[in-house]
Formats: sequence, structure tokens, C-alpha cells
Amino acid sequence: MSESDDKKLHWLYRPENRKKLWSLQIVLLVLAVLPEFFVHHHAHFPEQDISIDASFGFFAWYGFGTCALMVVGAKLLGFLLKRGDDYYDR
Amino acid sequence: MIANTVLPPSLIIFIAAGLLFFIPQRWRLVPIVLAPVISLALIWMTPLGDNLKLAYLNYELLPLSVSATSRVFATIFSLMLLFGGIYAYRQASLLELMAAFVYAGSAVGVTCSGDLFSLFVYWELMAIGSTLVIWAAGTEKAYQASMRYLCIHLMGGVILMIGIVAHVFQTGSTQFGAIALDGFASYAILAGFLINAGAPPFSSWIADAYPEASPSGSVFLSAFTTKTAVYTLMIAFAGNDLLIYVGLFMVFYGIIYALLENDMRRILAYSIVNQVGFMVTAIGIGSTLALNGATAHAFAHIIYKALLLMSAGAVLMQTGERRCSHLGGLFQTMPQTAINGIIGALAISSFPFTSGFVTKSLETSAAAYEGLTWVWFLLLAASAGVFLHAGIKFPWFVFFQKDSGKRPDEASGNMRFAMWVFSFLCLAIGLFPSAFYTILPYPVKYEPYTADHLITQFQLLFFAGFAFFALLPLMKRTLTISLDFDWVYRVFAFKLSKAFFHLYWSVDTAMRQAFLKRFYLAKDYLVAHEPSGIISRSRPSSTMVIWVTVLLSVYLIFHFL
Repeated sequence: MSESDDKKLHWLYRPENRKKLWSLQIVLLVLAVLPEFFVHHHAHFPEQDISIDASFGFFAWYGFGTCALMVVGAKLLGFLLKRGDDYYDR
Repeated sequence: MIANTVLPPSLIIFIAAGLLFFIPQRWRLVPIVLAPVISLALIWMTPLGDNLKLAYLNYELLPLSVSATSRVFATIFSLMLLFGGIYAYRQASLLELMAAFVYAGSAVGVTCSGDLFSLFVYWELMAIGSTLVIWAAGTEKAYQASMRYLCIHLMGGVILMIGIVAHVFQTGSTQFGAIALDGFASYAILAGFLINAGAPPFSSWIADAYPEASPSGSVFLSAFTTKTAVYTLMIAFAGNDLLIYVGLFMVFYGIIYALLENDMRRILAYSIVNQVGFMVTAIGIGSTLALNGATAHAFAHIIYKALLLMSAGAVLMQTGERRCSHLGGLFQTMPQTAINGIIGALAISSFPFTSGFVTKSLETSAAAYEGLTWVWFLLLAASAGVFLHAGIKFPWFVFFQKDSGKRPDEASGNMRFAMWVFSFLCLAIGLFPSAFYTILPYPVKYEPYTADHLITQFQLLFFAGFAFFALLPLMKRTLTISLDFDWVYRVFAFKLSKAFFHLYWSVDTAMRQAFLKRFYLAKDYLVAHEPSGIISRSRPSSTMVIWVTVLLSVYLIFHFL
């Protein structure tokens, strides 16, 4: 990167803005959960006596939890499966 | 012979493929635009049912049989060819354009095939067309990848052919319709279709071959092969539980491998397997809602996946770089490409107000209506995972993350035009779903925009996004690839056969040498002992008399001495 680029570093990349970006994300997460206080979800499987999907904030924690699982799972599988990108050319 | 005089749309596209060869470059846009437009018109003017009957041996060929489902698929294939062609025509080679037209024409042909023979012919043409599209990239790596790709598809074709022959032999009918999964023939046909869908164990060909094509080549490739497989599975094997398991495997395979991947176009290739997994699962569920969902999802998916690959292709074109570890910060000088990439990423993630939101939800709702609890919960997790691996990962690592210092120019006008049109379609379908639902094969009684659906979807996606950024350190890009089933035939089988032949030749050498040694021994023995050999040669009696005379003479001489 040349010096002139450094000077007009895009605001997204300025260190002082990192905190603002994180706060923005937290605000979005809170906004997404807020309707939980006003809306009652319908359960998808009432006949099977499953109502977890209608409980408070289910989609929020399920989304986070399953994604975290997939990231960690991929990371672990990576130890087994990852090879250098010239693996097949050697 | 011809019931309703209408031309097969695939024929128009084939003619355009041939015309491209003779037309000077500046006029190329004419057939590129006209052929798909005429094809679209033909698809909707052709009445439903078997429109063309040809006799072949003792069988009947039905190369122009239109159903409500095939109309949707043929429509999106033609649209894809139209805007893919516009995206490609300035920078793509003539070979690539012609191959893409043959490829798309045969994909349209598959959707209009009423009998298994026509279907098979188009199926194989598709394999050849797509191989040539990869080949047209002109690099050594692309050539090698295209040959691996061709091997898989020719194998799939042979399995399909075996199935078709056995099926026709058993049932006496060449009709392509629902096939009961009961015995060798039906399983062979299913296997042939599934190989093209990217089902396990042969999922790796997608991420192996597609990213090696040219920037526009992979846009064409993303659309046709896997989605014709979805179409054929839907017609022949809807409602088979087996497909639910296969589909769910594909969904998570795509996510995990895309999370591990560093190459931006391979991320998108894995995500094709993921998306087709959703469709295959829905086909396995098999209710009209599920089949509508798979059809709608395929339609929407072709648009947003092409859009994502167009944006990736534009980046590749302008930077010559595919590796996420070497990209980043491109939104500053390629804002239009970035915006289009983000719209595609939001659509694939089923973000509200995009096409993914109103199409994929049909599939998940179908799982809920059928009471398939665990399928629903897995699909929900997978929907969050899509946002993770394609919705955020692709735009984040390509256009944002750290600043790579690259300052490429914006993509050329034709590329940007195609991207904007597809972005528009992603949003138009998302905003006006009821208009889109009218073209689906079955009547739709589904309202995607309920408060409940919007709230839950926002929660799911925002928290999936939060997981991405919170766990970003775990996803640090590395210069790696991930082993897949293709390792078995690219490395293991190769090494095994090398070891086998090493052993074989050494045993062979030892045996030959041992044989030769004995052979020479035997030869020497025979030379010595054969009737004319030195030892056993019969000698004339005159010689004996001479020798006796000589001996007696010697005696006589000694006696006198």
C-alpha cells in the first residue's frame, strides 16, 4: 500500500471505528430479539408435543449455537482434511 | 407425425451455437440475445403435453413434451443463457460461447424430453458442452480438471444408460415419468441423476472443475448440470425418503467444505452442493408444497448463484486472484460488483425481501407440514449455515476484511449490466412473491411475509452473523485445499495401481528370467542330445571302419618299432 492510501484509509478500516461497528452489531441483535416480548410464536410440531421452537428467543440462540457448532466442527475436520493448496500438483 | 407444429426451443439454441461460429465478433450479441428470447417464447407458446412424436426403431421419441414443471426449468435456463451470454460475450472465447449454447440448449432439451432416449441424448450432450466450457479457459489446470470432470460424467452417463436399458427392457415403456424405486434399473437411473446433482460420494467434481473455468464459464456451469438433475429427480423420484437423507448430507457437506475453503469460487461451488441439497431434500419430502419449493428454489438459486459467480468472476477478471487470503478491501474501487455480490449473498441466505426468503421457506414449511421434526430442525440450522458460509463469508473475505491494497477498476459494462439485471430479479421475486408463485407447477397457498416468519428469520440470520464475527479467529484463511472423496481416485487409486504395477512388473520380470534360464538350459540339453546333436548323432559305419583301420595301423607301427 502506498503512503497516500494510508492517509485516506477507508473509515471501515480505521481502528477507532472498530468499536462502533461492534456496537452497531449488538444494537441489531437487540433489535432482532426485542419483538419476542410482543409476539407469540406458533409451534411447528404441536402434534409431536414439541414447543421449543415457540419458546423465547429460540431462533436467536439456535442460529448462534448451530453456526458455532458448524464453525468448530469445520475447524476440527480441517485438521484431518486440510492440505497445502499445491497438494495435487506435487 | 407432428401434432402441434412448434419448434423445440433447444433446436433454436443449437442453431444459434452454430451461427456464432460464422458471425463476426461485433454481431455476436444478436444471436446471443435472440436465441434465448425465441426459446422463452416457444416454451410458453408450446401447449402442455407431448407435442412431437417421432418413431425410432420400435419406440416412440417425445422430444417436445412440456409440463408445468419443465416450463419453469426451461424458462430459467433460457434466462440464464440470455444474461450469462451478455455477461460473457465480450471477454469469453468463441469456443466457450458455442459450448455454453450447446450446454444450455441440451439442458432445455432435457426438460422437454418426454422419453428416456431423448433425455439420455441431451444428457450426454450436456456433459460434452460443459466439458468444453471448462476447457475453453485454456489453462493446463482447466484442461486437467475438465478431463476429471468428463470421466465422472461419462461414468454417470453409462450408469444412467444401463438403468434406462434395463428399465425399458423390464417395463417396455420409454416414457419418462415417475419411476418406482424397486430394483436394479430404477437404482441405476437414480444413481445417474444423483451423480449430476453432486450427491455423495461424487460431490467433489463441482468444486474441482467449476472454479477452473473462465470467469464467465463458471457462471454458465453453476446453472445447468445440477439443476437438470434436480428436475429429473423431481419428475422420476419425488417422495422417496432416501432423497431426504442424501439431500441433508449435501446441505451440511456444502457448508463444512465452504467454511474450510480459501478459493472464493470454490466456496461458491461448495455452496451449490449445499443449495441443491435443500432441493433434493424437498424432492424427498415430495408433497406439492415441497415440490413447488424445490422448483421455486431452483429458479431463484440459478439467479443468485449466477449473480454471486458473476461478481466473483468480475473480481477474478480485474485482479487475477481467486484466493480469499489475497483479496479484501475491493469494495472501495469495485463498489458495483460488491453491491451485486452482496445482493446475491443476501438472496442465497434467504434474507427477507429477497428471492431466497420466499422460495426456500416453501421447502422448510413443507418439512413442518409433513411432521418431519428432525428434518425441519436440520434445515433450519442449515439455513443459518448458508448465511455463514456464503452470505457473509464470500462478500466479507472478497470485498472487506483486511485491505489487500488491491485497487482494481470496476468490471466492464456488459458484466455490470448482467449483474444488475440479476440483482433486480433477486429483489423482484422477493418483493412480489405472489406474481412469481403463479408460474409454479402447483397452486400455492403460502404467505411468506408474516410477522412471525420475518422476526424469526431476522433472529436466525443476525445471530448466525454474530457467530461468524465472534468466531472469526477460527476462520483465519489458510493456503489450503480440503481432501474429498476424489482423493480416493486421484491419489489413493493412483498410488495403489502404481504399487500394484510395480509388484506386477517385478514378479513378471522374475518369472520371465526364470523361464528364460530354464529355456536356455533345455535348449543346450536338446542341442546336445537331440538325434542330430553332438552326442547322439548317428555316425556312418564307414567312419568306424576308418577309425578301426587307423587304430590297427597305429598298432602295426608300434609293433614294428
